[in-house]
Amino acid sequence: MGQATEDLSIRGRVWFEQLAQGGAPVAGLAESVLASDLRMGTREARIIAVVPDPGNPFPRAARGEFGLLEGWNVAKAVTDAVAADLNAPVKRALVAIVDIPSQAYGRREEAYGIHLALAASGGAYAAARMAGHPVVALIVGKAMSGGFLAHGYQANRIIALDDPGVVIHAMNRAAAARITLRSVADLEVLAAKVPPMAYDVRHFSTLGLLWRLIQVGDPQHPSAQDLALVRQTLLEALDDIERVPFRSRLEAPNRAASAAVRARLREEWQ
Amino acid sequence: MDTSQLLKTVSFIEMGARERAFALLDPGSGHELIGPFERMKSPWLEPQGIAAQADDGVVVAKGSIGGQPAVVLAIEGSFQGGSLGEVGGAKIAGSLELAAEDNRRGVPTRAVLLLETGGVRLQEANLGLAAIAEIHAAIADLRRHQPVVAVVAGTVGCFGGMSVAAALCSYLVVTREARVGLNGPQVIEQEAGIEEYDSRDRPFIWSLSGGEQRFRTGLADRYVEDDAAGIAATVRELFAQGVPAQHRDQRIGEFLDLLARVDTARQPDGAYARAAFGKGN
Amino acid sequence: MEKLQFSFPAGPPAQGRVLAGVVGSGDLEVLVEPGQPGQTRVAVNTSVDGCAWLWQAVLERTFTDPGAAALAVEINDFGATPGVVGMRIHQALSELNLAGKA
Repeated sequence: MGQATEDLSIRGRVWFEQLAQGGAPVAGLAESVLASDLRMGTREARIIAVVPDPGNPFPRAARGEFGLLEGWNVAKAVTDAVAADLNAPVKRALVAIVDIPSQAYGRREEAYGIHLALAASGGAYAAARMAGHPVVALIVGKAMSGGFLAHGYQANRIIALDDPGVVIHAMNRAAAARITLRSVADLEVLAAKVPPMAYDVRHFSTLGLLWRLIQVGDPQHPSAQDLALVRQTLLEALDDIERVPFRSRLEAPNRAASAAVRARLREEWQ
Repeated sequence: MDTSQLLKTVSFIEMGARERAFALLDPGSGHELIGPFERMKSPWLEPQGIAAQADDGVVVAKGSIGGQPAVVLAIEGSFQGGSLGEVGGAKIAGSLELAAEDNRRGVPTRAVLLLETGGVRLQEANLGLAAIAEIHAAIADLRRHQPVVAVVAGTVGCFGGMSVAAALCSYLVVTREARVGLNGPQVIEQEAGIEEYDSRDRPFIWSLSGGEQRFRTGLADRYVEDDAAGIAATVRELFAQGVPAQHRDQRIGEFLDLLARVDTARQPDGAYARAAFGKGN
Repeated sequence: MEKLQFSFPAGPPAQGRVLAGVVGSGDLEVLVEPGQPGQTRVAVNTSVDGCAWLWQAVLERTFTDPGAAALAVEINDFGATPGVVGMRIHQALSELNLAGKA
């Protein structure tokens, strides 16, 4: 109960600042939403990260949580880019850097419609993708639940660092244990035989949702080599999107039921 | 409603998902896809000692609404709190994807989502989350062609990633019993403390996330009686409205302005939220 | 959880199929389909262990008529009491009878 005791994560900001070097910062956004326009290979791109703002006007979103301002401001950063490129022959790429510990839990959030704020950003990314902007998500830390749905999951390609600090899930361990009336230890045991319940990125990668898993030397303080590798991977992702805009995420054996359901629906659809 | 009307109403809330779905389709027009006798169950529940429902808690009913082709996706709130797992999530996402495909080849299939759900089924965690992301993508796609209508009637309400789905829909219909919110009351209380959110204080919870409040703050489009025929008529009426010029989640400047004017130092109550959202209702 | 199988003598296969109930807490769903001639089979998937004898007792009380239509029954149970089990099975069979199919 109460405030998380973990330190605020720096990964989102670190990776944003490194990857956005030389770019033009986008003004007019909340302190927790960083965006920068720069050239990536032959394309223009807008990189967007959500980072902790201890001065967040919404106190329950002051530790990096994805809340009201984050949702609407990410939506703004994305839709402004789409509007600016409306008549551009080549639509700029959108790169979401993901390091989000959770959505914001609070009275203000529920009262003022945080669910709509998350729809705004997720919907904006989806619309951008459908309008021809290549969208890539780079998970450098946590990608949790509503925050990831709103910022990253609508990408054409999802890339993650291969690191124990990368955690993708629907709810933190302690809360998930309480809600499902099990112990955290029980959940760990279950995760070993139920891969979708696991928290680590290796298990996540068996679900067929990631396009690449990148090995870097230091995910907290990336070296020049780490950055070069990630930049190269992002460029390859953009090339791949251009060749094949939509790649199936239904190939993995662990998602066999997802594919089977769709095939059956198609058979019975009239 | 007078007594004679009340006697004629049929409670939608008391219906299970299957009955609700068919109540919205033109009589006799509907058939169920991947029904329970096809036994496409969750692959993940029985290994955890949890009894799996044969339809995985989601009903896909295809037919017509107001004479136009339609599909109704209904979540069974009584099974695992209506939480979405891999199969149920795929039934919804796959149906919305096929509806969009229909529209691209000139068939005007529209969709209704009946949402009684806590969001992701934690026993399937990342596959539930992935399915919900695909549901969001499919709504964003389909809503360009046809309105997507969401109905939240209660008693479970609509939470988690599916509340975001509800917010992406073209129109949202709610009853007094309904609630729509991102986080369930217990999780907020666990994460933020009882002073922030008391999960046992029902009037408090409904005052912020209940159907009437959502309607009066402009976050829901129709506030209706718990009556199956009335809800079906409301859904038909909303389809007749067509795709809105702008979806609610696209009114970014407007909501940023609203939030900028809010006094973030204070904890809101229902009245303050209504005043803040400018409706003055 | 347990998976249990039971069978009872029966007559010619029923026609049609029926579903009753939901797998809610303290509840169960019952799927009834035509069975093989001469036998009603009941497959029970239950989240509660150690109650095979209770299921035997409840089902024995239900499928007492060796001339009744043969059924294939699947039960998905989430901790229902014998009373609720009996009620749901009765609900399913009534529906089958009302449709003139059993």
